[in-house]
Amino acid sequence: MARLELSTISKNFGAIQALTGVSLTLHGGEVVGLMGDNGAGKSTLVKIIAGNYPPSSGTMEMSGRKLAFHKPSDARAAGIEIVYQDLALCNNLTAAANVFLGRELERGFFPFRFLDYRTMFQRAGELFAELKSETRPRDVVKRMSGGQRQAVAIARTRLSDPKIVLMDEPTAAISVRQVAEVLALIRRLREHDIAVVLISHRMPDVFTVCDRIVVLRRGRKVSDKAIAQSSPEEVTGLITGAIEQA
Amino acid sequence: MTERDDSAVSLQDSIARSVHRNLLAWVVSRQVFWVSIAAAVAFIALSLASDVFATQDNLYNVTRNFAFVAIIALGMTAVIITGGIDLSVGAVLVLSGMVCGMSMNGGMSFWLAVPLALGAALAVGAFNGVMIAYVRMPPFVVTLGMLSIARSLAMVLSNNRMVYEFGPDQDTLLALGGGDVGVWLPLVGSVRVPNPVLCLVTIAILAGVAFRWTKWGRYLFAIGGNEEAANLTGVPVKRMKVSVYMACSLAAGIAGILEVGWLGTITTGLGQGTELTVIAAAVIGGANLSGGMGTAFGAIVGAALIEVIRNSLTLLGISTFWQGTFVGCFIIVAVLFDRLRIRTSSE
Repeated sequence: MARLELSTISKNFGAIQALTGVSLTLHGGEVVGLMGDNGAGKSTLVKIIAGNYPPSSGTMEMSGRKLAFHKPSDARAAGIEIVYQDLALCNNLTAAANVFLGRELERGFFPFRFLDYRTMFQRAGELFAELKSETRPRDVVKRMSGGQRQAVAIARTRLSDPKIVLMDEPTAAISVRQVAEVLALIRRLREHDIAVVLISHRMPDVFTVCDRIVVLRRGRKVSDKAIAQSSPEEVTGLITGAIEQA
Repeated sequence: MTERDDSAVSLQDSIARSVHRNLLAWVVSRQVFWVSIAAAVAFIALSLASDVFATQDNLYNVTRNFAFVAIIALGMTAVIITGGIDLSVGAVLVLSGMVCGMSMNGGMSFWLAVPLALGAALAVGAFNGVMIAYVRMPPFVVTLGMLSIARSLAMVLSNNRMVYEFGPDQDTLLALGGGDVGVWLPLVGSVRVPNPVLCLVTIAILAGVAFRWTKWGRYLFAIGGNEEAANLTGVPVKRMKVSVYMACSLAAGIAGILEVGWLGTITTGLGQGTELTVIAAAVIGGANLSGGMGTAFGAIVGAALIEVIRNSLTLLGISTFWQGTFVGCFIIVAVLFDRLRIRTSSE
């Protein structure tokens, strides 16, 4: 059974038609590259999956059950996690504090409930080790490299044992060495049977790490095929419109 | 990336590893440490320069005077950590004092007047918070407006009279603000501690624990660090903001009641300009006006330093007109010092 099944999803904002009849299937342990030019509808699609807003028409099913999200926390409760483009990290807090932000562990009983620093440091340390990242739980994010920041944002998604992770341009603004680190992190997610959606403008990254590639153009899906059967040239053509459909 | 066959060991090592090599390095990197040093140096220098300073009577006055500012500075620090500012604290102080004073003047019991006054303070804080969090107005503007409104309401309440008759429970009120408690301290022996200082210590401990050990405190820093991120990760940003402005107003309200009890009289001029002293105390104590930084201890040390400067100028016979210059210099130097430290550590 498919992890996530989108059927003929459309979305319009007033007169603007952002998505038209997009169907998409995600499986566990699969990395899907979502590509398209600016305004092609990538962010809209991701925001619908993430529960930021509902589709105008079409249905979403997760492991066979109908989904209706009213807010992002609904999607999170269903096992969908997002790594935002700007990572949504607080620079003044430690790596562990960022991993647990909004989901802090506490001990004691009301009204004496206190943060459980020890368990949070421990758990965050385990997550970083699992991701084979050199990030340390007590380090303040302000002093971290781009790759380490990505590790923090990705470790955050692992906290709840998610089914689907959506990543928005994770390799856009970091150095070459750090890109390799992030791609390794994505593979680690795949090993844990998570369905990953990678939104990226960087063709080499998509072809390195993805199993399947989906191309959107002007709100429509114009391609959906295994990476082995495609090529960067073809994808470029699909994105620009030089190739109508593939 | 390194291979980790000895992963169990290195995991524990990585978890235990802190940013600073040792405790000393951590302490030295804090602005509040240097401000504490400055306060201690000023304290020692004054004890030597003036034979009045280190007497119990003088220290009694110094600690009581700074307690009012320090109590509000704790609330202000919470607001500043979230990246906000509250200019209305001086006006809330007089409003709370006036509500308490006027209702007792009208014959109301102390035990009803105090909750009423604190309720008024909380209502002001709630209004500030709602306007800032839900209507999305800038904190500076909302609280500037409230500065004007709250003080004017205090004038309306009292008809701008001086109030010094506090009804049947007058003695209770005066004892609360002006009284003291004998406390036995190691090395020093028995000392008289003014009630406002006891209040300050209690509130400081509560604030210190809340900042560091509760979700509420963690969210203050998260909102100050990156409000958008806090929102995306499910921190209830709006409710947090309302609660923090209410906490700050409550601190000002408590200080107002204590101050009325100490002075034994209340005029509508009470607390004028307090907001600036309080903000100065918070900033000297290491709170960063751009948000995300500040401690309860820092607020107290900042307030203490300002009071020690004021007191020392008086004792040394320097014109009180110079006070503003000294306090102002300390604000600038404290922040300048922090800038220099950040610059050297990032190079």
